[in-house]
Amino acid sequence: MTEVLPPAAIFIIGGLLVPMIKGKWKSAYMLLIPVVGFINLINIPEGTHWVVEFMEYDLIFGKVDRLSLLFGYIFHLISFIAILYAIHVKDDVQNVAGLVYAGSALGVVFAGDLFSFFVFWEMLTVASIFLIWARRTKAAQGAGYRYLLVHAAGGLCLLAGIVLYVNQTGSIEFGYIGLNGLATLLIFLGFGLNCAWPLLHPWLTDAYPEATITGTIFLSAFTTKCAVYALARAFPGTEALIWIGAIMTAFPIFYAVIENNLRRVLSYSLINQVGFMVCGIGIGTQMAINGAVSHAVNDILFKGLLFMSMGAVMYRNNNKINCTALGGLYRTMPLTCICCIIGAASISAVPLFSGFVSKSMVMSAAADGHMQIIWFILLFASVGVLEHAGIKIPFFAFFGHDSGLRPKEAPLHMLLAMGIAAFFCIFNGSFPSYLYSLLPYPVEYVPYTVPHVVGQTQLIFFAALAFILLTLSGMSPSEMRAVNVDADWFYRKGSGLFYRVMDISMNGLTRVADRVIAGELTGSICRISQRWPEVLCLGVMIPLWSFTGARGKDLQGKIERTRSALQTHTSPIGISAAIATIFLVLIYLLM
Amino acid sequence: MKPENSEDKKYLFDKPASMKILAWSFLLSLVLLLALEFFIHKHTYFPSEEWPEFYCVFAFVGFVALVLSAKYILRPLVKRREDYYD
Repeated sequence: MTEVLPPAAIFIIGGLLVPMIKGKWKSAYMLLIPVVGFINLINIPEGTHWVVEFMEYDLIFGKVDRLSLLFGYIFHLISFIAILYAIHVKDDVQNVAGLVYAGSALGVVFAGDLFSFFVFWEMLTVASIFLIWARRTKAAQGAGYRYLLVHAAGGLCLLAGIVLYVNQTGSIEFGYIGLNGLATLLIFLGFGLNCAWPLLHPWLTDAYPEATITGTIFLSAFTTKCAVYALARAFPGTEALIWIGAIMTAFPIFYAVIENNLRRVLSYSLINQVGFMVCGIGIGTQMAINGAVSHAVNDILFKGLLFMSMGAVMYRNNNKINCTALGGLYRTMPLTCICCIIGAASISAVPLFSGFVSKSMVMSAAADGHMQIIWFILLFASVGVLEHAGIKIPFFAFFGHDSGLRPKEAPLHMLLAMGIAAFFCIFNGSFPSYLYSLLPYPVEYVPYTVPHVVGQTQLIFFAALAFILLTLSGMSPSEMRAVNVDADWFYRKGSGLFYRVMDISMNGLTRVADRVIAGELTGSICRISQRWPEVLCLGVMIPLWSFTGARGKDLQGKIERTRSALQTHTSPIGISAAIATIFLVLIYLLM
Repeated sequence: MKPENSEDKKYLFDKPASMKILAWSFLLSLVLLLALEFFIHKHTYFPSEEWPEFYCVFAFVGFVALVLSAKYILRPLVKRREDYYD
């Protein structure tokens, strides 16, 4: 075990060294990191490695089994593709953030204990935020802060769950947890937030479209897939996940239909695809878990490919990404267009493309479990995928109305990165046995049967027919520049409301306190403390002076002098001493 | 890359002939897919899957329902001006 390193270490240490390397070598160095990482990974045998004792617990940095290995492989592959795609980026903030982010994802996947898992989990958020902020626009800054706050809340929820869980079980081992009680529920929700569950999802559709062109490729691969991994590890077969997943597949497709920003369409599509995985994990049978995990692998590739093609469009068209601004780009960006269509075909589960061999496993598992409603929701969601990702993305960017834009083809390194992803999309779809051989459980599923191929092809062609007829008849929703409010309304507008409520309540309290305490109370205490010595003193002295024979002007003069002496705090010592003595005598008598 | 007056250049789908070929091959595929149904033996999980042309009808109806409900129900509920959050 001395020759191999923890996979996360290579990326994180390698990433932090990037700023030290200058010039041409930087690109080669960065590309070398995932290559070295991959060679290192294939030399790590299955089992538990790198156990470090910490306080009374064992930290495990290498829980290597078939589940973690597969995520390890695909994370290395997409890192290489994303780094190649971003090779023109000179901004070291993005370069370091991307590599540390990928390293953190590997840390999560290979963590064997909850403590190191949590640390890497939080590093995911911290590293990824720089990929959003690096866009350096006002929108990116705002979205980044919201992303940070939401993930901080999710992280705290997870931490609270972990603390309770460790307290209850006495073990920090990260394995099957299962949903029972508050501790596990908090962990479940912590995972769910990163997984973009319904209502917990808007951080994704808010932030991903605002990130940098190259940063979004990294973002689309890691955070949600780490959450899918965590759920597959800790909560397989949890029934709630079936419904959560089914809702995830169905609700974003409605938003995707009316969304104008194509990268936001892809963000909704990302939630939709993760829904298939979550649903599969919830079903929990061997085929369902295999389906979920293989779909995660394929989604990383085809979603990455789609984001890359849209990124290339932005790169060559002055950051234009709205449907309303694009169209007809196939004329001058044919290769990007072909890559985009391959990604679209893969996500739409066209036979011979990757989605076909993995999504159908989840659906078959649902059918095997006689979950008719779930199966119909998933089938409807598959039609929805065709609408927004299969047709809308390529159509509005590369075909549709001619925007008159005649940009150059994407740069070579971007084409190469897209080409690699496209190759694997077709390879995994056409020769699924290689992917299947890496899955956690033995695969008995046969994707290429005549009824399956015919049924899926019918689904695709008749959805396409519906699209054509709706477009020709003018019934498709027209693309328009607008914002569609989502669940983030509650904190984006809610924060304004919170601010006003706090303004009224807290500043109101301050105003009342100012008036009552500063304005009136202190004044009256001051008046009382001035008035009372005078009353006391004169109350004693006037009878005394009268007794000693002072009358008329003489008495009046004495009273005036005493009063002015007390007001200016210059009373003769004799009077003060007399008052003090009287006071002591009074106390003596009363006691 | 392209000369300045490239607007005059005809690209693949600008030509009516290629559009015609595309349209006809699409229609032919539809007919073929409808016909194929009767020559294959389906392995169904649910009774509704056995209905003739189930996937064709489901896809068409599902697609239209999705697009129209998004257009006429969701959009009026959630659409705001672009500067809504600013």
